[in-house]
Amino acid sequence: MTELAGQKVDAVSLTVFLLFFLAVTLVGFYAARWRRADNPLHLDEWGLGGRGFGTVVSWFLLGGDLYTAYTFIAVPALVYGVGAAGFYAVPYTIVAWPLVFVFLPRLWSVARSRGYVTLADFARGRYGSRYLALAVALTGILATMPYIALQLVGIQAVLDTMGLGGSSGFAKDLPLLIAFAVLAAYTYSSGLRAPALIAFVKDTLVYVVVLVAIIYIPIRLGGYGHIFHDAATALAAKNPATGAPRGSLVSGPKAQWAYATLALGSAMALFMYPHSATGVLAAKDRNTVRRNLAIMPAYSLMLGLLSLLGFMALSAGVGKGVAGYNAQLAVPQLFQQMFPSWFAGVAFAAIGIGALVPAAIMSIAAANLFTRNVYREFIQPRATPAQETRVAKIVSLLVKLGALGFVLGIDKQFSINLQLLGGIWILQTFPAIVTGLFSRWFHHWALLAGWAAGMAYGTWAAYGVAAAGKPHSHFGGGSATIPGIGQIGYIGVTAFVLNLAVAVLLTLLLRAFGSAPAPDETTPADYLVDGLPVPLPEAVVTPIAP
Amino acid sequence: MADTAPPDRPPVVTGTRIVCAILLLAPFVALLWVNSYSRLTPAFIGIPFFYWYQLLWVIVSAVLTGAAYLLFRREEDRRKATATEAGR
Repeated sequence: MTELAGQKVDAVSLTVFLLFFLAVTLVGFYAARWRRADNPLHLDEWGLGGRGFGTVVSWFLLGGDLYTAYTFIAVPALVYGVGAAGFYAVPYTIVAWPLVFVFLPRLWSVARSRGYVTLADFARGRYGSRYLALAVALTGILATMPYIALQLVGIQAVLDTMGLGGSSGFAKDLPLLIAFAVLAAYTYSSGLRAPALIAFVKDTLVYVVVLVAIIYIPIRLGGYGHIFHDAATALAAKNPATGAPRGSLVSGPKAQWAYATLALGSAMALFMYPHSATGVLAAKDRNTVRRNLAIMPAYSLMLGLLSLLGFMALSAGVGKGVAGYNAQLAVPQLFQQMFPSWFAGVAFAAIGIGALVPAAIMSIAAANLFTRNVYREFIQPRATPAQETRVAKIVSLLVKLGALGFVLGIDKQFSINLQLLGGIWILQTFPAIVTGLFSRWFHHWALLAGWAAGMAYGTWAAYGVAAAGKPHSHFGGGSATIPGIGQIGYIGVTAFVLNLAVAVLLTLLLRAFGSAPAPDETTPADYLVDGLPVPLPEAVVTPIAP
Repeated sequence: MADTAPPDRPPVVTGTRIVCAILLLAPFVALLWVNSYSRLTPAFIGIPFFYWYQLLWVIVSAVLTGAAYLLFRREEDRRKATATEAGR
């Protein structure tokens, strides 16, 4: 493939893509009528699909959290760009499941027992601190924006590959803006029902495309041995500016701290994201959560196989010799080069819809957080359900606009950096949430101070990372030197350790001075509820002294 | 720990739970110790060791987590049965 993206439009691919896109758009709007609600103006309806999703739908929703543009575009792009260092996403999704296995069932139980909808609700109930809850909520909203931005970058990569969009300026971004407007419109009108229904279409497409890709493409390229041989040659090429090779096929001694901390940090961050929590809390009972966790490794396997597409793109010579090549295009262009036109269209639809669904879930989850934990808590305590729903709908639009800001404002050399930036922030809520599920030892002010320290350090450190080859740029990556150890590591984990240290020290101090912790509304039994019909409390409205 | 335990609560640390903890911790040790697998050989159907080893761990880890789930649930059921008997 020698021509640049955007110069040729394949009518067949484009038609297939547009047909799928049109179909899911109709489904998205129709979803408002699916399992029609008694009271469509209630926030539970718009923001949680009426809390009526069973095991299967929950599973698709949860799958939507992992199977995003991250899987299809960002990880293979990084593998394409640097080789082994990008493969950390595989250990990430492996260790994520044993990790969450330990705490998610408890989280599900206490949320069920107390009627919590967001992680911030839990922080408020457990620690009796509305400010800690506010910190958790705002972090969730902030961290979601770059993650949505990653989805938009994924859609843009597909549109670019299909040759949509003019050469520059407004015309170039127009198709993305249209896709974005359609997403915003049906999310606004249908709420969580839209992505839940579309997720069925999306996952089916994704499975078909992945299976075909990992069997068909290696056959065409002459087998895996040949692919890795080509990839090794491509990665060994030296960068003329720095004299260092582009990447390698194994993680070198200097890169191993980064590899391990990126994997661990991403795994810890996964279920702190508002959209993941929404997916879990919607599950019917405790064992559904566990059963879902048991099937999730199937996703990890797919992610691992998909990341190998980065090597296939290297082997196929995608983007070879193109100066300043956008690595995000590697997988779409590989598909375009390898597949017949009509199937390339199917694959593009899978990627595009695979990015739209999570973007919708994410913006809804962030909107729920704002409405419950900021709007009702601090701005309008006596809001009616209809008012809440209206606020949530508007916030879902604002969050997407914020995401658009990240798309335009951050270096897109590797879109995975958007996810890593979100991870740095969301990880700082981990101490409050996860330790809170097992113990009330920490003092809420200490957790808040630890959170502030982690957020400040993480943001400052990420700001200082310049994109490769662009000195003086900012937010160009997720890794930096770990102070005191001297190795390169994921900033999110360093900030997390700082966060934890501050929280422990201050808790000891506050206890020494006899500062009483705020009341805890949960009981030990709440954490073991297993989904038998429990009368749900109306909502978390217990008054709390500031 | 701030949780106030009822006086007749069964022990927190049991043999089953230690086994579960080992099963759940194993993937962390194996995968975060990057140096233990950061090499090219032996390759499998042309895929370097680094890659197929980690992909293999997807399956191994799923089996270990599944085993931990079964063990843990069996103990939980037993505890519930004991608790009901004691409550009678």
